[in-house]
Amino acid sequence: MYDFAYHRPKSVADAVKLLKDKPEARAISGGMTLIPTLKQRLARPSDVVDLGAVKELSGIKLEGTNVVIGGMTKHAEVATSADVKAAIPALAHLAGHIGDPQVRNRGTIGGSVANNDPAADYPGAVVALNATVTTNTRKIAADEFFKGLFETALADGELITSISFPKAEKAAYMKFPNPASRYAMVGVFVAKTAAGVRVAVTGAGPCVFRVKAMEDALAKNFSSAAIKDITIPADGLNSDIHGSAEYRAHLVGVMARRAVDAANK
Amino acid sequence: MSISVAMTVNGKAVSGKVEARTLLVQFLREHLGMTGTHVGCDTSQCGACVVDVDGKSVKSCTILAVQAEGSKVITIEGLAESPDKLHPMQEAFRENHALQCGFCTPGMVMSAIDMVKRHNYQLDEATVRRELEGNLCRCTGYHNIVKAILAAAPAMKSAGV
Ligand SMILES: Cc1cc2nc3c(=O)[nH]c(=O)nc-3n(C[C@H](O)[C@H](O)[C@H](O)COP(=O)(O)OP(=O)(O)OC[C@H]3O[C@@H](n4cnc5c(N)ncnc54)[C@H](O)[C@@H]3O)c2cc1C
Ligand code: FES
Ligand code: FES
Repeated sequence: MYDFAYHRPKSVADAVKLLKDKPEARAISGGMTLIPTLKQRLARPSDVVDLGAVKELSGIKLEGTNVVIGGMTKHAEVATSADVKAAIPALAHLAGHIGDPQVRNRGTIGGSVANNDPAADYPGAVVALNATVTTNTRKIAADEFFKGLFETALADGELITSISFPKAEKAAYMKFPNPASRYAMVGVFVAKTAAGVRVAVTGAGPCVFRVKAMEDALAKNFSSAAIKDITIPADGLNSDIHGSAEYRAHLVGVMARRAVDAANK
Repeated sequence: MSISVAMTVNGKAVSGKVEARTLLVQFLREHLGMTGTHVGCDTSQCGACVVDVDGKSVKSCTILAVQAEGSKVITIEGLAESPDKLHPMQEAFRENHALQCGFCTPGMVMSAIDMVKRHNYQLDEATVRRELEGNLCRCTGYHNIVKAILAAAPAMKSAGV
Protein backbone atom coordinates (compact mmCIF):
# COMPACT_ATOMS: atom_id res chain seq x y z
CA MET A 1 0.00 0.00 0.00
CA TYR A 2 1.30 3.45 -0.90
CA ASP A 3 1.22 6.05 1.85
CA PHE A 4 -1.23 8.95 1.85
CA ALA A 5 -2.28 11.88 4.02
CA TYR A 6 -5.08 11.01 6.44
CA HIS A 7 -7.94 13.29 7.42
CA ARG A 8 -10.77 12.78 9.88
CA PRO A 9 -13.33 15.57 9.38
CA LYS A 10 -16.34 15.91 11.69
CA SER A 11 -18.91 17.24 9.21
CA VAL A 12 -20.06 16.52 5.67
CA ALA A 13 -19.13 20.09 4.69
CA ASP A 14 -15.53 19.64 5.89
CA ALA A 15 -15.26 16.23 4.21
CA VAL A 16 -16.51 17.61 0.88
CA LYS A 17 -14.13 20.55 1.11
CA LEU A 18 -11.17 18.21 1.63
CA LEU A 19 -12.26 16.01 -1.29
CA LYS A 20 -12.62 19.07 -3.54
CA ASP A 21 -9.33 20.70 -2.49
CA LYS A 22 -7.28 17.57 -3.13
CA PRO A 23 -7.99 16.20 -6.59
CA GLU A 24 -6.49 12.79 -5.78
CA ALA A 25 -8.36 12.37 -2.50
CA ARG A 26 -10.66 9.41 -1.74
CA ALA A 27 -13.29 9.05 0.94
CA ILE A 28 -13.18 6.01 3.19
CA SER A 29 -16.22 4.78 5.08
CA GLY A 30 -16.10 1.10 6.06
CA GLY A 31 -12.89 0.52 4.14
CA MET A 32 -13.97 -3.03 3.29
CA THR A 33 -13.52 -2.34 -0.40
CA LEU A 34 -11.07 0.55 -0.38
CA ILE A 35 -8.43 -0.98 1.92
CA PRO A 36 -8.12 -4.24 -0.06
CA THR A 37 -7.90 -2.07 -3.22
CA LEU A 38 -5.11 0.02 -1.69
CA LYS A 39 -3.28 -3.12 -0.56
CA GLN A 40 -3.24 -4.35 -4.14
CA ARG A 41 -2.01 -0.92 -5.25
CA LEU A 42 -4.97 -0.64 -7.60
CA ALA A 43 -5.55 2.90 -6.31
CA ARG A 44 -3.12 5.57 -5.19
CA PRO A 45 -4.95 8.41 -3.47
CA SER A 46 -2.88 11.36 -2.23
CA ASP A 47 -5.30 11.83 0.65
CA VAL A 48 -7.78 9.59 2.43
CA VAL A 49 -10.76 11.33 4.00
CA ASP A 50 -12.23 9.19 6.78
CA LEU A 51 -16.00 9.63 7.19
CA GLY A 52 -15.91 7.67 10.47
CA ALA A 53 -16.28 10.75 12.70
CA VAL A 54 -19.06 12.39 10.69
CA LYS A 55 -21.98 11.75 13.05
CA GLU A 56 -24.66 13.24 10.77
CA LEU A 57 -24.11 10.37 8.29
CA SER A 58 -25.12 7.58 10.65
CA GLY A 59 -28.42 6.19 11.78
CA ILE A 60 -31.79 4.97 10.61
CA LYS A 61 -35.03 6.94 10.83
CA LEU A 62 -38.61 6.67 9.64
CA GLU A 63 -39.97 9.53 7.53
CA GLY A 64 -43.60 8.98 6.63
CA THR A 65 -43.72 5.58 4.97
CA ASN A 66 -40.01 5.67 4.09
CA VAL A 67 -37.01 4.24 5.90
CA VAL A 68 -34.07 6.65 5.64
CA ILE A 69 -30.66 5.14 6.20
CA GLY A 70 -27.59 7.35 6.72
CA GLY A 71 -24.68 6.79 4.34
CA MET A 72 -22.30 5.62 7.08
CA THR A 73 -24.76 3.10 8.53
CA LYS A 74 -23.14 -0.30 8.80
CA HIS A 75 -24.58 -3.46 7.27
CA ALA A 76 -24.90 -5.00 10.77
CA GLU A 77 -26.98 -2.03 11.96
CA VAL A 78 -29.39 -2.33 9.02
CA ALA A 79 -29.64 -6.10 9.54
CA THR A 80 -30.59 -5.76 13.21
CA SER A 81 -32.62 -2.52 13.11
CA ALA A 82 -36.14 -2.98 14.51
CA ASP A 83 -37.40 -0.18 12.22
CA VAL A 84 -36.00 -1.79 9.06
CA LYS A 85 -37.22 -5.24 10.10
CA ALA A 86 -40.72 -3.88 10.64
CA ALA A 87 -40.98 -1.72 7.49
CA ILE A 88 -38.90 -3.65 4.92
CA PRO A 89 -37.83 -7.04 6.32
CA ALA A 90 -36.30 -7.97 2.94
CA LEU A 91 -33.81 -5.11 3.31
CA ALA A 92 -32.73 -6.29 6.77
CA HIS A 93 -32.37 -9.82 5.37
CA LEU A 94 -30.23 -8.55 2.49
CA ALA A 95 -27.92 -6.61 4.82
CA GLY A 96 -27.58 -9.64 7.10
CA HIS A 97 -26.30 -11.75 4.21
CA ILE A 98 -23.55 -9.43 2.98
CA GLY A 99 -20.12 -11.04 3.37
CA ASP A 100 -19.46 -12.13 6.95
CA PRO A 101 -20.02 -10.73 10.46
CA GLN A 102 -16.76 -8.75 10.46
CA VAL A 103 -17.47 -7.22 7.02
CA ARG A 104 -20.97 -6.28 8.23
CA ASN A 105 -19.51 -4.58 11.32
CA ARG A 106 -17.47 -2.14 9.20
CA GLY A 107 -18.97 -1.99 5.69
CA THR A 108 -21.52 0.76 5.04
CA ILE A 109 -24.50 1.25 2.77
CA GLY A 110 -23.06 4.48 1.31
CA GLY A 111 -19.76 2.80 0.49
CA SER A 112 -21.45 -0.16 -1.11
CA VAL A 113 -23.83 1.88 -3.25
CA ALA A 114 -21.13 4.41 -4.25
CA ASN A 115 -18.80 1.59 -5.24
CA ASN A 116 -21.46 -0.13 -7.39
CA ASP A 117 -19.67 -3.46 -7.58
CA PRO A 118 -21.56 -5.57 -10.16
CA ALA A 119 -21.91 -8.34 -7.55
CA ALA A 120 -22.92 -6.11 -4.63
CA ASP A 121 -26.28 -6.71 -2.95
CA TYR A 122 -27.56 -3.24 -2.06
CA PRO A 123 -27.96 -1.96 -5.65
CA GLY A 124 -30.69 -4.59 -6.10
CA ALA A 125 -32.67 -3.16 -3.18
CA VAL A 126 -32.13 0.46 -4.22
CA VAL A 127 -33.48 -0.17 -7.72
CA ALA A 128 -36.30 -2.61 -6.84
CA LEU A 129 -37.64 -0.42 -4.05
CA ASN A 130 -37.18 2.70 -6.21
CA ALA A 131 -35.17 4.34 -3.45
CA THR A 132 -33.81 7.88 -3.59
CA VAL A 133 -30.12 8.51 -3.02
CA THR A 134 -29.46 11.80 -1.25
CA THR A 135 -26.05 13.41 -1.60
CA ASN A 136 -24.58 16.61 -0.20
CA THR A 137 -25.92 18.47 -3.25
CA ARG A 138 -29.02 16.69 -4.63
CA LYS A 139 -31.45 13.79 -4.67
CA ILE A 140 -30.95 11.07 -7.29
CA ALA A 141 -33.62 8.53 -8.29
CA ALA A 142 -32.50 4.89 -8.28
CA ASP A 143 -32.95 4.50 -12.05
CA GLU A 144 -30.64 7.46 -12.65
CA PHE A 145 -27.99 6.45 -10.14
CA PHE A 146 -26.32 3.25 -11.38
CA LYS A 147 -24.56 3.94 -14.69
CA GLY A 148 -22.45 0.87 -15.44
CA LEU A 149 -19.59 -1.27 -14.17
CA PHE A 150 -18.40 0.47 -10.94
CA GLU A 151 -19.94 3.67 -12.34
CA THR A 152 -22.57 5.90 -10.74
CA ALA A 153 -24.08 9.35 -11.19
CA LEU A 154 -21.91 10.68 -8.35
CA ALA A 155 -19.63 13.58 -9.30
CA ASP A 156 -16.10 13.90 -7.91
CA GLY A 157 -16.24 14.80 -4.25
CA GLU A 158 -19.99 14.14 -4.02
CA LEU A 159 -20.97 12.10 -0.97
CA ILE A 160 -23.98 9.89 -0.31
CA THR A 161 -25.52 11.27 2.85
CA SER A 162 -28.55 8.97 3.04
CA ILE A 163 -30.78 6.61 1.08
CA SER A 164 -34.55 6.71 1.42
CA PHE A 165 -36.43 3.43 0.84
CA PRO A 166 -40.21 3.43 0.34
CA LYS A 167 -41.96 0.82 2.43
CA ALA A 168 -42.93 -2.25 0.43
CA GLU A 169 -46.23 -4.10 0.50
CA LYS A 170 -44.34 -7.24 -0.41
CA ALA A 171 -40.63 -7.69 -1.04
CA ALA A 172 -37.92 -10.33 -0.96
CA TYR A 173 -34.30 -10.72 -1.97
CA MET A 174 -32.88 -14.04 -3.09
CA LYS A 175 -29.20 -14.42 -3.75
CA PHE A 176 -27.19 -17.26 -5.12
CA PRO A 177 -23.96 -16.43 -3.32
CA ASN A 178 -20.54 -17.10 -4.68
CA PRO A 179 -19.47 -19.90 -2.32
CA ALA A 180 -16.10 -18.27 -1.59
CA SER A 181 -16.81 -14.56 -1.31
CA ARG A 182 -20.56 -14.49 -0.59
CA TYR A 183 -20.96 -11.75 -3.19
CA ALA A 184 -23.94 -12.33 -5.48
CA MET A 185 -23.40 -14.64 -8.45
CA VAL A 186 -26.98 -13.61 -9.09
CA GLY A 187 -29.28 -11.76 -6.72
CA VAL A 188 -32.88 -10.82 -7.48
CA PHE A 189 -34.82 -8.27 -5.47
CA VAL A 190 -38.57 -8.28 -6.10
CA ALA A 191 -40.72 -5.52 -4.63
CA LYS A 192 -44.36 -4.55 -4.76
CA THR A 193 -44.78 -0.98 -3.56
CA ALA A 194 -47.45 1.70 -3.88
CA ALA A 195 -45.77 2.65 -7.18
CA GLY A 196 -45.94 -0.84 -8.72
CA VAL A 197 -43.84 -3.97 -9.08
CA ARG A 198 -40.11 -3.94 -9.73
CA VAL A 199 -37.63 -6.73 -10.35
CA ALA A 200 -33.94 -5.81 -10.01
CA VAL A 201 -31.08 -8.15 -10.80
CA THR A 202 -27.57 -7.83 -9.41
CA GLY A 203 -24.50 -10.01 -9.93
CA ALA A 204 -25.58 -11.22 -13.34
CA GLY A 205 -24.54 -8.27 -15.49
CA PRO A 206 -21.98 -5.46 -15.41
CA CYS A 207 -24.46 -3.36 -13.44
CA VAL A 208 -27.82 -3.83 -11.69
CA PHE A 209 -30.73 -3.99 -14.17
CA ARG A 210 -34.52 -4.39 -14.20
CA VAL A 211 -36.51 -7.11 -15.96
CA LYS A 212 -39.49 -5.33 -17.50
CA ALA A 213 -41.22 -8.50 -18.75
CA MET A 214 -41.29 -9.94 -15.24
CA GLU A 215 -42.47 -6.64 -13.76
CA ASP A 216 -45.42 -6.49 -16.19
CA ALA A 217 -46.39 -10.09 -15.56
CA LEU A 218 -46.15 -9.69 -11.79
CA ALA A 219 -48.18 -6.48 -11.86
CA LYS A 220 -51.09 -8.53 -13.26
CA ASN A 221 -50.52 -11.58 -11.12
CA PHE A 222 -48.00 -11.48 -8.26
CA SER A 223 -47.12 -15.16 -8.25
CA SER A 224 -44.11 -17.18 -9.33
CA ALA A 225 -46.31 -19.01 -11.85
CA ALA A 226 -46.79 -15.71 -13.71
CA ILE A 227 -43.08 -15.50 -14.58
CA LYS A 228 -42.22 -19.18 -15.05
CA ASP A 229 -41.90 -18.90 -18.83
CA ILE A 230 -39.97 -15.63 -18.89
CA THR A 231 -36.32 -16.07 -19.75
CA ILE A 232 -33.66 -13.43 -20.10
CA PRO A 233 -30.98 -13.42 -22.80
CA ALA A 234 -27.42 -14.36 -21.83
CA ASP A 235 -25.99 -11.65 -24.11
CA GLY A 236 -23.85 -9.22 -22.16
CA LEU A 237 -24.11 -11.09 -18.86
CA ASN A 238 -21.02 -11.86 -16.78
CA SER A 239 -19.06 -14.97 -17.60
CA ASP A 240 -16.20 -16.07 -15.38
CA ILE A 241 -14.70 -19.10 -13.60
CA HIS A 242 -17.72 -19.18 -11.30
CA GLY A 243 -20.34 -19.46 -14.01
CA SER A 244 -21.10 -18.78 -17.66
CA ALA A 245 -23.46 -16.08 -18.94
CA GLU A 246 -26.01 -18.80 -19.81
CA TYR A 247 -25.83 -20.18 -16.27
CA ARG A 248 -26.37 -16.72 -14.82
CA ALA A 249 -29.29 -16.06 -17.17
CA HIS A 250 -30.88 -19.28 -15.94
CA LEU A 251 -30.25 -18.32 -12.30
CA VAL A 252 -32.07 -15.01 -12.79
CA GLY A 253 -35.29 -16.92 -13.49
CA VAL A 254 -34.78 -19.30 -10.57
CA MET A 255 -33.93 -16.56 -8.09
CA ALA A 256 -36.80 -14.35 -9.31
CA ARG A 257 -39.35 -17.14 -8.77
CA ARG A 258 -37.95 -17.93 -5.34
CA ALA A 259 -38.05 -14.23 -4.45
CA VAL A 260 -41.70 -13.93 -5.46
CA ASP A 261 -42.57 -17.03 -3.42
CA ALA A 262 -40.69 -15.63 -0.43
CA ALA A 263 -42.42 -12.25 -0.80
CA ASN A 264 -45.80 -13.99 -0.80
CA LYS A 265 -45.09 -15.86 2.47
CA MET B 1 3.08 11.00 6.93
CA SER B 2 3.83 10.12 10.54
CA ILE B 3 0.93 10.25 12.97
CA SER B 4 0.67 9.63 16.70
CA VAL B 5 -1.90 7.08 17.77
CA ALA B 6 -3.09 6.11 21.21
CA MET B 7 -5.52 3.36 22.16
CA THR B 8 -6.16 0.77 24.85
CA VAL B 9 -5.07 -2.77 24.05
CA ASN B 10 -6.19 -5.49 26.46
CA GLY B 11 -6.77 -2.88 29.13
CA LYS B 12 -3.39 -1.22 28.79
CA ALA B 13 -2.88 2.27 27.35
CA VAL B 14 -0.53 2.13 24.36
CA SER B 15 0.69 4.70 21.85
CA GLY B 16 3.09 5.01 18.98
CA LYS B 17 3.98 6.77 15.78
CA VAL B 18 2.62 5.20 12.60
CA GLU B 19 2.24 6.00 8.94
CA ALA B 20 -1.29 6.74 7.72
CA ARG B 21 -1.21 3.47 5.78
CA THR B 22 -0.25 1.35 8.82
CA LEU B 23 -2.94 -1.27 9.41
CA LEU B 24 -4.18 -2.00 12.91
CA VAL B 25 -2.74 -5.52 12.62
CA GLN B 26 0.67 -4.08 11.73
CA PHE B 27 0.50 -1.74 14.70
CA LEU B 28 -0.29 -4.68 16.99
CA ARG B 29 2.33 -7.02 15.57
CA GLU B 30 5.18 -4.78 14.48
CA HIS B 31 4.93 -1.81 16.82
CA LEU B 32 3.66 -3.50 19.97
CA GLY B 33 5.23 -6.92 19.33
CA MET B 34 1.90 -8.66 19.93
CA THR B 35 2.12 -11.40 17.34
CA GLY B 36 -0.88 -13.44 18.50
CA THR B 37 -3.04 -11.75 15.87
CA HIS B 38 -2.19 -13.28 12.51
CA VAL B 39 -2.30 -12.23 8.86
CA GLY B 40 -3.44 -14.97 6.52
CA CYS B 41 -4.47 -13.15 3.36
CA ASP B 42 -4.47 -9.91 1.38
CA THR B 43 -8.14 -9.96 0.52
CA SER B 44 -9.92 -9.51 3.88
CA GLN B 45 -11.35 -13.02 3.62
CA CYS B 46 -9.53 -15.33 6.04
CA GLY B 47 -10.25 -13.87 9.47
CA ALA B 48 -6.89 -14.83 11.03
CA CYS B 49 -6.60 -11.18 12.09
CA VAL B 50 -9.92 -10.79 13.93
CA VAL B 51 -9.82 -8.62 17.05
CA ASP B 52 -12.45 -6.79 19.05
CA VAL B 53 -12.61 -2.99 18.64
CA ASP B 54 -15.01 -1.19 20.98
CA GLY B 55 -17.13 -4.31 21.36
CA LYS B 56 -17.30 -5.12 17.65
CA SER B 57 -15.55 -7.99 15.94
CA VAL B 58 -13.39 -6.62 13.10
CA LYS B 59 -10.68 -7.72 10.72
CA SER B 60 -7.61 -5.83 11.91
CA CYS B 61 -6.05 -6.13 8.44
CA THR B 62 -8.85 -3.97 7.01
CA ILE B 63 -8.81 -1.01 9.37
CA LEU B 64 -6.07 1.59 9.62
CA ALA B 65 -4.32 1.98 12.96
CA VAL B 66 -5.31 5.67 12.89
CA GLN B 67 -8.97 4.65 12.56
CA ALA B 68 -8.67 2.85 15.91
CA GLU B 69 -7.46 6.03 17.65
CA GLY B 70 -8.98 6.18 21.15
CA SER B 71 -10.54 2.71 20.83
CA LYS B 72 -10.55 -0.21 23.22
CA VAL B 73 -8.99 -3.18 21.46
CA ILE B 74 -9.00 -6.77 22.69
CA THR B 75 -6.74 -9.35 21.10
CA ILE B 76 -6.18 -13.06 21.65
CA GLU B 77 -3.47 -12.15 24.19
CA GLY B 78 -6.08 -10.44 26.34
CA LEU B 79 -8.37 -13.43 26.88
CA ALA B 80 -6.73 -15.75 29.41
CA GLU B 81 -7.08 -14.74 33.04
CA SER B 82 -3.57 -16.00 33.81
CA PRO B 83 -0.98 -18.19 32.08
CA ASP B 84 -2.58 -21.29 33.55
CA LYS B 85 -6.23 -20.27 33.32
CA LEU B 86 -7.46 -20.07 29.76
CA HIS B 87 -10.67 -18.35 28.58
CA PRO B 88 -13.48 -20.93 28.29
CA MET B 89 -13.37 -20.62 24.49
CA GLN B 90 -9.63 -21.35 24.43
CA GLU B 91 -10.19 -24.25 26.80
CA ALA B 92 -12.95 -25.63 24.56
CA PHE B 93 -10.68 -25.41 21.50
CA ARG B 94 -8.06 -27.44 23.39
CA GLU B 95 -10.55 -29.98 24.73
CA ASN B 96 -12.14 -30.56 21.32
CA HIS B 97 -8.93 -30.63 19.31
CA ALA B 98 -10.21 -27.66 17.32
CA LEU B 99 -6.80 -26.77 15.90
CA GLN B 100 -4.02 -28.40 14.00
CA CYS B 101 -1.38 -25.93 12.78
CA GLY B 102 -3.00 -23.19 14.84
CA PHE B 103 -2.62 -20.43 12.31
CA CYS B 104 -6.33 -19.61 12.06
CA THR B 105 -6.94 -20.17 15.77
CA PRO B 106 -6.53 -16.63 17.19
CA GLY B 107 -9.08 -15.28 14.70
CA MET B 108 -11.38 -18.28 15.17
CA VAL B 109 -11.39 -17.82 18.94
CA MET B 110 -12.03 -14.07 18.68
CA SER B 111 -14.88 -14.54 16.18
CA ALA B 112 -16.29 -17.38 18.25
CA ILE B 113 -16.47 -15.32 21.44
CA ASP B 114 -18.20 -12.49 19.57
CA MET B 115 -20.71 -14.90 18.03
CA VAL B 116 -21.56 -16.51 21.38
CA LYS B 117 -22.22 -13.12 22.94
CA ARG B 118 -24.29 -11.80 20.03
CA HIS B 119 -26.47 -14.90 20.18
CA ASN B 120 -26.89 -14.60 23.92
CA TYR B 121 -24.97 -17.85 24.62
CA GLN B 122 -27.48 -19.86 22.58
CA LEU B 123 -26.21 -21.38 19.38
CA ASP B 124 -26.98 -24.32 17.16
CA GLU B 125 -24.71 -25.97 14.66
CA ALA B 126 -26.17 -24.27 11.58
CA THR B 127 -25.78 -20.84 13.19
CA VAL B 128 -22.17 -21.51 14.15
CA ARG B 129 -21.32 -22.61 10.63
CA ARG B 130 -23.00 -19.57 9.09
CA GLU B 131 -21.38 -17.18 11.54
CA LEU B 132 -17.92 -18.59 10.74
CA GLU B 133 -18.28 -17.31 7.18
CA GLY B 134 -15.40 -14.86 7.65
CA ASN B 135 -12.89 -17.33 9.10
CA LEU B 136 -10.99 -19.83 7.00
CA CYS B 137 -9.18 -22.92 8.29
CA ARG B 138 -7.01 -24.99 5.97
CA CYS B 139 -6.46 -27.86 8.37
CA THR B 140 -9.34 -29.00 10.53
CA GLY B 141 -12.29 -29.22 8.18
CA TYR B 142 -14.16 -27.04 10.74
CA HIS B 143 -15.87 -29.97 12.41
CA ASN B 144 -14.06 -29.73 15.73
CA ILE B 145 -14.10 -25.94 15.65
CA VAL B 146 -17.90 -26.05 15.51
CA LYS B 147 -17.96 -28.61 18.34
CA ALA B 148 -15.67 -26.42 20.45
CA ILE B 149 -17.83 -23.32 19.98
CA LEU B 150 -21.01 -25.21 20.84
CA ALA B 151 -19.31 -26.51 24.00
CA ALA B 152 -17.91 -23.11 24.96
CA ALA B 153 -21.22 -21.23 24.81
CA PRO B 154 -22.66 -22.68 28.08
CA ALA B 155 -19.19 -22.66 29.66
CA MET B 156 -18.86 -18.94 28.95
CA LYS B 157 -22.31 -18.34 30.37
CA SER B 158 -21.58 -20.12 33.65
CA ALA B 159 -18.16 -18.44 33.92
CA GLY B 160 -19.87 -15.07 33.37
CA VAL B 161 -17.58 -14.03 30.51
C1 LIG C 1 -14.61 -10.56 2.45
C2 LIG C 1 -15.62 -9.60 1.90
C3 LIG C 1 -16.86 -10.07 1.50
C4 LIG C 1 -17.82 -9.20 0.98
N1 LIG C 1 -19.02 -9.71 0.59
C5 LIG C 1 -19.95 -8.88 0.10
C6 LIG C 1 -21.23 -9.37 -0.30
O1 LIG C 1 -21.54 -10.55 -0.15
N2 LIG C 1 -22.12 -8.49 -0.84
C7 LIG C 1 -21.83 -7.16 -0.97
O2 LIG C 1 -22.68 -6.40 -1.45
N3 LIG C 1 -20.64 -6.66 -0.58
C8 LIG C 1 -19.70 -7.48 -0.06
N4 LIG C 1 -18.49 -6.95 0.34
C9 LIG C 1 -18.26 -5.51 0.18
C10 LIG C 1 -18.73 -4.75 1.41
O3 LIG C 1 -20.14 -4.74 1.48
C11 LIG C 1 -18.22 -3.32 1.43
O4 LIG C 1 -18.46 -2.88 2.73
C12 LIG C 1 -18.84 -2.34 0.49
O5 LIG C 1 -18.83 -2.73 -0.84
C13 LIG C 1 -18.11 -1.01 0.51
O6 LIG C 1 -18.51 -0.31 1.61
P1 LIG C 1 -17.46 0.36 2.58
O7 LIG C 1 -18.27 1.15 3.55
O8 LIG C 1 -16.57 -0.65 3.15
O9 LIG C 1 -16.71 1.38 1.59
P2 LIG C 1 -15.20 1.81 1.42
O10 LIG C 1 -14.35 0.64 1.13
O11 LIG C 1 -14.80 2.68 2.54
O12 LIG C 1 -15.37 2.70 0.11
C14 LIG C 1 -15.70 2.16 -1.15
C15 LIG C 1 -15.76 3.27 -2.20
O13 LIG C 1 -16.88 4.12 -1.99
C16 LIG C 1 -16.50 5.47 -1.75
N5 LIG C 1 -17.38 5.94 -0.66
C17 LIG C 1 -17.45 5.44 0.59
N6 LIG C 1 -18.45 6.03 1.27
C18 LIG C 1 -19.02 6.93 0.45
C19 LIG C 1 -20.10 7.85 0.56
N7 LIG C 1 -20.82 7.96 1.70
N8 LIG C 1 -20.42 8.62 -0.51
C20 LIG C 1 -19.71 8.51 -1.67
N9 LIG C 1 -18.68 7.67 -1.85
C21 LIG C 1 -18.34 6.87 -0.80
C22 LIG C 1 -15.04 5.41 -1.36
O14 LIG C 1 -14.37 6.58 -1.72
C23 LIG C 1 -14.56 4.21 -2.16
O15 LIG C 1 -14.27 4.60 -3.48
C24 LIG C 1 -17.52 -7.81 0.87
C25 LIG C 1 -16.27 -7.32 1.27
C26 LIG C 1 -15.32 -8.20 1.79
C27 LIG C 1 -14.01 -7.66 2.22
S1 FES D 1 -5.58 -11.30 7.30
FE1 FES D 1 -7.38 -10.23 7.77
S2 FES D 1 -8.88 -11.35 6.74
FE2 FES D 1 -7.08 -12.39 6.17
S1 FES E 1 -5.65 -25.14 12.24
FE1 FES E 1 -4.38 -24.78 10.53
S2 FES E 1 -5.49 -23.25 9.48
FE2 FES E 1 -6.86 -23.79 11.03
